[in-house]
Amino acid sequence: MSIEKASPYNVEAVRDDFPVLGRTVDGEKLVYLDNAATSQKPQAVIDAVSEFYEGYNANVHRGLHKLSQEASEAYEGAHDKVAEFIGADGRENIIFTSNTTEGVNTVAFGWGMHHVEEGDNIVLTQMEHHSSLVPWQQVAKRNDAELRFLEVEEGLVKDGEVEEKIDEDTTAVSVIHMSNVFGTFAPVDEIIDRAHEHGARVLVDGAQSVPHASVNVNEMDADFLVTSGHKMCGPTGTGVLYGKTDALHETEPYRYGGEMIKIVEYDDATWADLPWKFEGGTPNIAGAVGLSAAVDYLEELGVENVHEHESAVTRYALELLEDDDEVTVYGPHADYDKERAGVISFNVSDAHPHDSSQLLSDQGIATRSGHHCAQPLMREMGVPATTRASFYLYNTYEEVDALVEGIETVKEVFA
Amino acid sequence: MSRDMYRQRILDHYRDPQNYGTIKDPDVTYEDVNPSCGDEIQMYAVVDDEDEIVDVKFDGQGCAISQASASLLTEKVKGMTVEEVRDLETDDIREMLGIELSPVRVKCAVLGLKVLEGGIVEYEKGKGT
Ligand SMILES: Cc1ncc(COP(=O)(O)O)c(C=O)c1O
Repeated sequence: MSIEKASPYNVEAVRDDFPVLGRTVDGEKLVYLDNAATSQKPQAVIDAVSEFYEGYNANVHRGLHKLSQEASEAYEGAHDKVAEFIGADGRENIIFTSNTTEGVNTVAFGWGMHHVEEGDNIVLTQMEHHSSLVPWQQVAKRNDAELRFLEVEEGLVKDGEVEEKIDEDTTAVSVIHMSNVFGTFAPVDEIIDRAHEHGARVLVDGAQSVPHASVNVNEMDADFLVTSGHKMCGPTGTGVLYGKTDALHETEPYRYGGEMIKIVEYDDATWADLPWKFEGGTPNIAGAVGLSAAVDYLEELGVENVHEHESAVTRYALELLEDDDEVTVYGPHADYDKERAGVISFNVSDAHPHDSSQLLSDQGIATRSGHHCAQPLMREMGVPATTRASFYLYNTYEEVDALVEGIETVKEVFA
Repeated sequence: MSRDMYRQRILDHYRDPQNYGTIKDPDVTYEDVNPSCGDEIQMYAVVDDEDEIVDVKFDGQGCAISQASASLLTEKVKGMTVEEVRDLETDDIREMLGIELSPVRVKCAVLGLKVLEGGIVEYEKGKGT
């Protein structure tokens, strides 16, 4: 094998930080390759959540008592930490959500509904996740706008598409940063430049990119960016919406109620300052505390190192899988020399992906099978579904070997 | 454990399904998908004056469990009345397949039945019964 099984950090030591990785599945060692769906959590995150509940559980913002002050400090401080992590100016640009989906809906309904007009167009890629496709469909329907799609081949936006599709009638562009099906990156710099030339705002779906690669919203010049905390070692029920200050001022709140107001009369109200006007109701405080610990964890390891490790493991996996005539890999192959991340979609001979995943699961190997929330893309690819292996910072070369071995069983059953 | 699931009989029905295809002008027709995994099944049936299923076919695509189960189901229901088909339950499908099914895979296994029953409901509505 031409690949050196190297890593920028000690992977075994990292694995020890994740309690669940030590478990077995029906007597087999767990090989967790479903990280694009959600990542596992390090002890530090689990502890941070427990410490919150054990030590200073209280509601935030309003309380004058000590516990509330501590909780507020932790909760608000988590916004600062995330801001720094993604290169945002400050906490007023960071809204905590429950996941990427909520972030997209906040932008689509709070900004899109009010700014996309009849005859305008909204540009997406063909590889959007349902969560960044379906909300924009609603905006387009209600506001009589046109939906346009940048065509994709093998996970890459085709040449010329950006120029052709984004024009003076484009008001909104929503683009997946890293594909959850192929692990490829969309040309966000080119897309954002072109969109801004025409005065359109751009939402970047960073659900896959932020956990796995270094992302800087200011350098990228994104107007909005959304991501999920639970895919980056944070607790479930956490997500982030970043917005430029002026873009957020153009955005209407999407959830009205307590915590998001400044002055309330019986018949009217004014909104709290950024970012709180978008965080109606008691937030997921424990989640925020856990997410903050997750950011610390990733920063200590270095997101660039995580990316380097995953890229190397992925290349190793691709070389092995492509050696096998009975395995079809979708998306760019091992010889692809541009940046890509740790997601591989494939199918094994005649086996339906569902059956492949089932047989892999029997061997302790967790993969995902289905349309990966990208039904139109699957149709475009001409397959009903794929099996997906997605890696994270703790996956090893040996686990890739286990996957390859597991695939042998699938081949035997469906030979 | 689930290697057990892929018994020869299941694999045979998956590779070479019985009653696979379509029926022109069927009395009963319906389709549905299993959104979590993309299994798709269409069912077609011809019903005689006694409400007995005299011909039935299915097509679609999906995992071995969903397709084999639909294939076995078409064999099972031929000659049954639509009412008898409507009374079939998940346990009957389990028994028909003869394998253990996890909760996730039960959805695959019962898709064919769900579709056929959906078609029968429409058929009965059309007849005004
Ligand atoms: C690219 C992409 N966008 C959006 C989502 C949706 O994330 P969530 O389920 O956390 O809202 C996912 C993950 O499932 C994803 O991979």
